Amino acid sequence: MAWRDGKASGKRLLLFMASIILGIAAVVSIQSFSDNLKDNIGLQSKALMGADFLIDSNQPANERVIQLMDSLGGADAREVNFASMAAFTKNGATKLVQVRGMEGGFPFYGELETEPANAAIEFQEKGGALVDATAMLQFNLKPGDSVKLGSITFPIIGSLITAPGSTGIGATAAPPIIVPFRFMEESGLLQRGSRLGYNYYFKNPNIDLKELNKKVDPLLDAENADLDTHTDTSQRLGRRYENVGRFLNLVAFIALLLGCVGIASSVHIYIKEKLKSVAVLKCLGATRKQTFLIYLLQIAGMGLLGGFIGTIIGLVLQQTFPVILQEFLPFQVEISTSFQSIFVGLLLGVCMSVLFALSPLINTWFVSPLQVLRVQEDTNKKSRLYQIWVMLAIVLFVFLFAYWLLGRWSFAASFVTGILVTFSILAGVSILFMRLIKRYFPKSWSFAARQSLLNLYRPNNQTVVLILAIGIGTFLISTLYFTKDFLLAKTSFESSAESPNLILFDVQTEQRDAVANTITPNGLTVIDNIPIVTMRMERIKDRSVNDIRLDSTTRVNKWILNHEFRTTYRDSMIGSEKLLEGEWIPSVALNAEVIPISLADNVANDALVTLGDTILFNVQGKLMTTVVGNIRQVDWARMQLNFSIVFPKGVLENAPQFHVLTTNAPDKKSSANLQRELVRKFPNVSIIDLRQVVTLIENILDKISWVITFMAFFSILTGIIVLIGSVRNSKYQRIRESVLLRTLGAQSKQILKINALEYLFLGVLGSGVGVLLSLVSSFLLAYFIFDTPFIPSWVPFLMVLPGITLLVLFIGLLNSRGVLNSPPLQVLRKEGK
Amino acid sequence: MAKILNVRNLRKTYTSGSKNLTVLDDISFSIEEGETFAIVGPSGSGKTTLLGLCAGLDEIDEGGIDLCGEDLSTLNEDQRALLRNKKVGFIFQDFQLLPTLTALENVSVPLELQGAPHATKDAMELLTKVGLGNRHNHYPSQLSGGEQQRVALARAFSNKPSILFADEPTGNLDEETGEKVIKLLFDLNTEMGTTLVIVTHDLELAKLNQHVLRLKGGKIVINETSAIS
Repeated sequence: MAWRDGKASGKRLLLFMASIILGIAAVVSIQSFSDNLKDNIGLQSKALMGADFLIDSNQPANERVIQLMDSLGGADAREVNFASMAAFTKNGATKLVQVRGMEGGFPFYGELETEPANAAIEFQEKGGALVDATAMLQFNLKPGDSVKLGSITFPIIGSLITAPGSTGIGATAAPPIIVPFRFMEESGLLQRGSRLGYNYYFKNPNIDLKELNKKVDPLLDAENADLDTHTDTSQRLGRRYENVGRFLNLVAFIALLLGCVGIASSVHIYIKEKLKSVAVLKCLGATRKQTFLIYLLQIAGMGLLGGFIGTIIGLVLQQTFPVILQEFLPFQVEISTSFQSIFVGLLLGVCMSVLFALSPLINTWFVSPLQVLRVQEDTNKKSRLYQIWVMLAIVLFVFLFAYWLLGRWSFAASFVTGILVTFSILAGVSILFMRLIKRYFPKSWSFAARQSLLNLYRPNNQTVVLILAIGIGTFLISTLYFTKDFLLAKTSFESSAESPNLILFDVQTEQRDAVANTITPNGLTVIDNIPIVTMRMERIKDRSVNDIRLDSTTRVNKWILNHEFRTTYRDSMIGSEKLLEGEWIPSVALNAEVIPISLADNVANDALVTLGDTILFNVQGKLMTTVVGNIRQVDWARMQLNFSIVFPKGVLENAPQFHVLTTNAPDKKSSANLQRELVRKFPNVSIIDLRQVVTLIENILDKISWVITFMAFFSILTGIIVLIGSVRNSKYQRIRESVLLRTLGAQSKQILKINALEYLFLGVLGSGVGVLLSLVSSFLLAYFIFDTPFIPSWVPFLMVLPGITLLVLFIGLLNSRGVLNSPPLQVLRKEGK
Repeated sequence: MAKILNVRNLRKTYTSGSKNLTVLDDISFSIEEGETFAIVGPSGSGKTTLLGLCAGLDEIDEGGIDLCGEDLSTLNEDQRALLRNKKVGFIFQDFQLLPTLTALENVSVPLELQGAPHATKDAMELLTKVGLGNRHNHYPSQLSGGEQQRVALARAFSNKPSILFADEPTGNLDEETGEKVIKLLFDLNTEMGTTLVIVTHDLELAKLNQHVLRLKGGKIVINETSAIS
């Protein structure tokens, strides 16, 4: 019976099904891709590192570390890496790059993918460089051209496509250049001040990595070195991508929820139309269970088929993800079919459609056979009680699914609350709007405008569902836009001549005046000259750092213990700082017993120190006792040099140090000229061009927002399908009304105007509420998560709102064509029958 | 008297699947201004189709119809709608009121479409005439069948039509209510001097008209002047 009845309503059931297909496709594609990514990371774990494990440090291995490495069979390869300026001799261009000096047969797993392929081996023999493929394209370089790093000019042997240890986004900021290790000392780039990283790679597939970690890592910690195994790397990477996957999955899940609301609404109308048939069946002796099952089976069948089609689309769609996410992936992801995601797709299809359809379906249970003779609109109290149970079941299912995705009860609860609040506000606004129309009906409006408003609460209207669908789509897009906007605003910097836009790092003390003298003849001024002294913490309060490392119960954050701090000294605070506790002490005498220092609040929190606590620093071999004199709040996002530890003037002036100089180049050309000259004269000096950094951040945010927009697109498409479904559901009613108006003398343009205004109202209301909601959510995000002022952009109001409204208008009118084209007599004859 | 409706050799065919179904074949008749005219016949004889075609609700296949001096075949849909709005009134068997409008708003629709200045006032007068002045704010779902048809009657006369088409106006009403509605229809018709064309099964109702046209199988079987004329 379910099949026979369903056959007659086939087209409508297909439309219900379409509402969930995209949501399922989105969830399955993300789910399956995440599974594949996880498997790939596991499988390619060694290839990602290029070795079984490595020992890293930001200083060359000392004797103790060499002993430890020897006890492990000795390192099979070594690498030194640092940021430096590269000058491309072909066109004189300069660029901040990540230099990787390699020695030994690295990588032992995976490969250096180069073009030409043999360049990966030849660069060692020929003493040449492998240059990042994107940089090669950017500067129009070919193998055979040359690149100058420090004082050495290397021939470019080939372009570097992928290399273990160089990730997509990192490579965008500072593209990697691989050169033989043996030239590094000679290049003059391994000077004091350069932030160097030494990696010692080991190939030992049979070693017990867990045991190794347990035994060797604490010993290495004491020498400021670290052990990193390939499983650690892949787990770290896995966690990072898992978080991204979870977030995208939630966006996909919202699309599915939206589709389900569409189903609930369509099934509500479908069942309402079937109630008479149900009453007839009951008159003929069908039981409650039988009639209920007829429609339950139809919906479950529809959900299963929708889940099946959605799953197939999702599996096909995931093939595009490696392309969409290529900037974020550290390796080539091989896509295979994930059976778990197929199961999830089918389960979601059936469960979600049945759950969301249950509320209207319950009405069939309570239909009295008397309805054959007389229509009864009211559902009784018992039915309402069941509706509440159904609502609770839906919330529970959504909560459990969110928990399964997020892995934490609190996150799942926040997600469900967020969804409930957003959906409730959108639904509440539409209900309120309809009530306001009824109460304060604009009687003075034209007939067409009044009629279009009245259509919003015609019988079986789907105003609430449509506003939900339009609102959610707009909400997602606008939130994305607002968030991107304030994140970019946070990274932007003052463009006045007083604000630096070129930062010169690693300027040695003896180079300081010469560098300044290179800047000033170009008509530019040196804005800052900041001294930098590197040091480590030796003792915090009365405990040595080594003691704290061994204490498994300590709450001191580990990074504090291993970090090489780059500190400065000055007599005043800068614009990005705010004093929280204590007093600012501008200077102390050289022989002062206690040196009061200033700590950033995050360091004080992580080191568990407060005002008056002592910290012993190891300043490149010399121990220095300090006391926490004040605690500052630092706005790290401000585009200027910020320091977690600041000393007063008078004590560090004679310590080994290097300098950071800043200047303001008024335009790109003068910036490029100065950079070229500086790199030529001072190859060890690294230059950060803040203009490029802003562009870089903009690019990265663009890429991220593209991925999110891609997922939000599913919500919008689902919204469009719900919109089409809703227009189709009410099509016959619209045709009837329009034909009647035409019979009474309405002309096409009057009917078109009524229809167009109705969609315009829906579009403006849905997208307007969506934008306003996103304004609130973006403000909350800015205030609570990103801690930044929120100045809303006009773009969502000027572009998104009218754009979505026009889209709604277009889709609505496109699907209403039949209303205008139907001959009145045909409809009236049908009506009469 | 001048002819308000002139039907010449009318033929209408509908396509159902692969089959062509001739609903009306070689129909010719005319109606004079102020005349009352009944079209009778069994179910499926083509009565409603003929009424609709006479009002310009669909296009004809063959033949011609002149309504209020206009050849309908020369008018497009919007021009026919304009003609209906100015000169034609309608009453349907199932009332066909707009569910989202109150009784008063339903009655004023034809006037609103014209952009008439006193639409609400005129509609209220008519609603009072059909005895529903006190129900003007009620929606169709709050009115009984007889009341709904009285609202439809008021609406049909609201644009002061030259000709009024009524399709089985008592078909959905009980006998007593039906009689009241018919009395109201004829009273208003007389008062406004409108030409009346009624499609009906009810031979008693047909007899109240000056002219009766009997259809069977899409063809005219009787075209006679009634005893009352």
